[in-house]
Amino acid sequence: MNDLLHGYGPVVAGGVGVTLRIAVGSLAMACVFGLIGALARLSASRIARVLAQVYTTVVRGLPELVLMLAVFYGGQYLVNLATQAAGWPDLDIPPATAGTLTIGFIFGAYLAETFRGAFLAIPRGQAEAARAFGYPPARILLHVTLPQMVRHAIPGFANTWLVMVKATALVSLIGLDDMIHRASLAAASTREPFTFYLLTAVIYLAITSVSIVALRALETRFSLGVRRLDF
Amino acid sequence: MSPVIDWDVVREALPLFVRGWGVTLLLLSSALAAGFVLAVPLAVLRVSRYPLLALPVRAFTFVFRGTPLLVQLSLVYYGLAQFPAIRESVAWPLLRDAWFCAWASFTLNTTAYTTEIFAGALRATPAGELEAARAIGMDAVAQYRYVLLPAALRRALPQYGNEVVGVMHATAIVSAVSLVDLTRVARDVYATSLLPLEAFGTVAVFYFATTFGLVGLFRLAEQRWLGHLRATVTVAPAGAAHAH
Amino acid sequence: MSFVSLAHKLLSVVVMACVPVVVTAQAPDWKKVRIGVEGSYPPFSMIAADGALTGFDIDIARALCAAMKSDCVFVQQEWDGMMPALKVRKFDAIVASMTITDERRKVVEFTDPYYDIPSRWVGPAAMKNDADPAALKGKRIVVLRNSPRAKYVLERYKDSEVLQAAKEPDVYMELAAGRGDIAFGSSVVSADAFLKRPEGKGYRQIGPLVKLGDGVGIAVRKDDGALRDRFNAALKAIKADGTYRKVAARYFDFDVSGDVK
Repeated sequence: MNDLLHGYGPVVAGGVGVTLRIAVGSLAMACVFGLIGALARLSASRIARVLAQVYTTVVRGLPELVLMLAVFYGGQYLVNLATQAAGWPDLDIPPATAGTLTIGFIFGAYLAETFRGAFLAIPRGQAEAARAFGYPPARILLHVTLPQMVRHAIPGFANTWLVMVKATALVSLIGLDDMIHRASLAAASTREPFTFYLLTAVIYLAITSVSIVALRALETRFSLGVRRLDF
Repeated sequence: MSPVIDWDVVREALPLFVRGWGVTLLLLSSALAAGFVLAVPLAVLRVSRYPLLALPVRAFTFVFRGTPLLVQLSLVYYGLAQFPAIRESVAWPLLRDAWFCAWASFTLNTTAYTTEIFAGALRATPAGELEAARAIGMDAVAQYRYVLLPAALRRALPQYGNEVVGVMHATAIVSAVSLVDLTRVARDVYATSLLPLEAFGTVAVFYFATTFGLVGLFRLAEQRWLGHLRATVTVAPAGAAHAH
Repeated sequence: MSFVSLAHKLLSVVVMACVPVVVTAQAPDWKKVRIGVEGSYPPFSMIAADGALTGFDIDIARALCAAMKSDCVFVQQEWDGMMPALKVRKFDAIVASMTITDERRKVVEFTDPYYDIPSRWVGPAAMKNDADPAALKGKRIVVLRNSPRAKYVLERYKDSEVLQAAKEPDVYMELAAGRGDIAFGSSVVSADAFLKRPEGKGYRQIGPLVKLGDGVGIAVRKDDGALRDRFNAALKAIKADGTYRKVAARYFDFDVSGDVK
């Protein structure tokens, strides 16, 4: 097999690790942004609602690639302005971090919608009862709302994850050394672009398939005890 | 203190941006048109009860939805050119052209997504409608033509709207091959002027305008064709994540 | 505590935990220099199968850093964003076979040139040996995007189509794939990465060699004159003590320095 790949197998394999790390890191970031966004959309504060709306509108109005370029270059520019104004030393944002933050930021907007829908799907009585018992808001969120919200969020969450995995391919276009970048290097050296791009396609397909199976299992686990309607 | 935005740079680059916008819109409309036309029959096959018809379509959508568009584009543009057999074939004048490669891979990609959307809409047909159609003696073709497809296409409108916006955003990827679309213009302007706000701010305006234009169009379409359902509450994922 | 403020606290904790940043001290003494390199310009800048950076640019940079007694870190950057990345302080110097041009001088400072080789037209052997605009009318020229060569072609060859590629090796890939009729690139890169290789069979140099710009130099930000001076001093030093010749001999059997003898 390595012969087929002219010895570039390990190089491309190294890239897979980068891709996965960015995908998982972005998912974590997206969950954080999404949770905050959803809570802001549902909050009593008008400012919070407006800010969250602006966030989701901006992110969904622009291509992911353009947002990535803007954050990678523009973000560094802003950070530089801040550090220079404050007299601090240079703060360098590594490309991997920039990529993770960007993708997390972008998909946080989509997850905010998902989480908002999931929060709205929980009967109000649950939180009301907890408040009647004197639970502080933080505890209501952690012990009552969030666990129930997860079940409703899974379909949207699954969709977002699958889309995000494919979006990580775009980081190769801002120069990040991920799987696709490695594949293009190997392709340039061996003059066999088809072989290496096919390899990346197969790897992505594998990641997608494993994800689908895992997410289906997750959905089953979180739906235990929920009565299914029989039509 | 230098001005926040160098309007001279923006003004000079404006014609380039407009031309890039034209490229983006042309690629978008041509790929969507082809994708729509292909997706309707494929969706019908996809929901068929015969595995021989449904499974190939299922495999197609699985592969093209499970891999990034960038990889698909690279395979078509760079990958196919690797084989002497292809370079000497009849198809070469087409495959040699960056435009054709972009159009072809975008079409294949959107066909896969659209097929699944339409298939889902077909499956959501209320059983009674199909029963009624069969009861009055419609054959399969008539069923599809008068009952199933019109209803399914309407039902698919919100999700298809998401898909259209998704493809428009995906066109930014062609900046990686040699097509000069909006994003490529933005990157070139940034590379020469080194002014991120002027380059990316301008392109953001173009993309926003296009996105909201499309969203507005689809809202009008929904009013016209789904107006009868407006009374019911749809927890429609107002723009589910739809990257390619 | 409201939901939103709790969430804000959560966010700051998570962000601080997840975002590793590298704080680099502003080093006016330049003990540590970050160098932007490309990795797609053989034999000057390439990435080997094991992922290591190698090539003339890389080796010269290492030699210069040794002469400057500075600790050099290489940062890989794709060509498109090379100058923006310098400006935005992702690195302090560009060693990526960047040609010194007046246009570029407006935004960055250059050191003295560290090599100077001409550009060359490459086309199918059967093609007429004429690279004038009239001869290439209607033909498709492949060239590296956002480079002095691209500017040259776009200005002088108004009657030809221009296909701009993202990386120099892509220029020859597109030529070999038949997507372009003729390529305009570095004479050394075309020799090394294309004409010497099997896929370059049937292609040859067309027309004369063309000199563009004022040699290839190292770019630094406008305010970093001190760094430029250190590089210049180091360059003089390695040329004087023979290190330059030794590094060049690894890659070329002719003189690339561009120095008038």
